[in-house]
Amino acid sequence: MGIVTPGFTGRPRSGAPELPPGQYLTPDFPVLSAGPTPRVPHESWEFVITTETGAEYRWSWAEMMALPQETPTVDIHCVTRWSKLGTSWQGVSLDTLLDGVDTAAAYALAHSYGGYSTNLPLDDLRAGRAWLVHTYDGADLPAEHGGPARLLVPHLYFWKSAKWVRGIRLGLEDTPGFWETAGYHDYGDPWREQRYQGD
Amino acid sequence: MTELPYLDGNMLDGPLGEVFAIDLSTATGRCAHCGTAGPVAGLRVYSQAPGLVARCPTCVEVMMRMVRAPDRAWLDLRGTTYLRFPMPLDRPPGG
Repeated sequence: MGIVTPGFTGRPRSGAPELPPGQYLTPDFPVLSAGPTPRVPHESWEFVITTETGAEYRWSWAEMMALPQETPTVDIHCVTRWSKLGTSWQGVSLDTLLDGVDTAAAYALAHSYGGYSTNLPLDDLRAGRAWLVHTYDGADLPAEHGGPARLLVPHLYFWKSAKWVRGIRLGLEDTPGFWETAGYHDYGDPWREQRYQGD
Repeated sequence: MTELPYLDGNMLDGPLGEVFAIDLSTATGRCAHCGTAGPVAGLRVYSQAPGLVARCPTCVEVMMRMVRAPDRAWLDLRGTTYLRFPMPLDRPPGG
């Protein structure tokens, strides 16, 4: 794996939008899924952050919706090579959810209704780079796109933005998730084209 | 007591080559989650995804994952306790 400063590649100031290497632009929003679509009613939905000591921080749907809301507009890049620019979401910053969580963890494993999981360094969920989103393009996030709520971590390939997310386990060690244990890259930076292990 | 000798992975070429030369769709697989055994051809394969995900038709847990990179592939079978293949009858010599 080459060490490249990702800051050297970004959106140009003018002209056509720049895409990460190997990506093509799509106006659609393709639906990808590794299994049946979970249907989670708001009444039974919950989001849980579990720390390395086993401490749990829980939010019901109403509690999550009462937190400060943000409206990120971001570009998303799927490892299957489509990219979609300027997508509009509403949700809660992970900074807000992690505020007050007492942890020394360096790693996070997001886990979902339906059994999916994906791992990220905890730092990648901080600093205004990750959200728990429930609204897409002004409407409730459809179940096929991960509703009632999904993770949004647009600076990494979109498999890291876990659909139907129900919680995050924090740990001192990295725990690879669903695709990361089956050949996909542990980090998944689209600008460095980190698709598969060894890239 | 001396250590038992072991062979390097090259010895797997024969046995694995024989198995994977067989049409996998004729195999029977047993789900590691619920124990159901059934034809691989009867698994539910989700292919609109970064890889292929084959799920047990009974409990819908993942039995196989296959990820294909341009120059390599991963086959994850941790959700499968066994694959059973029909094989040509192996008669002992002179039997």
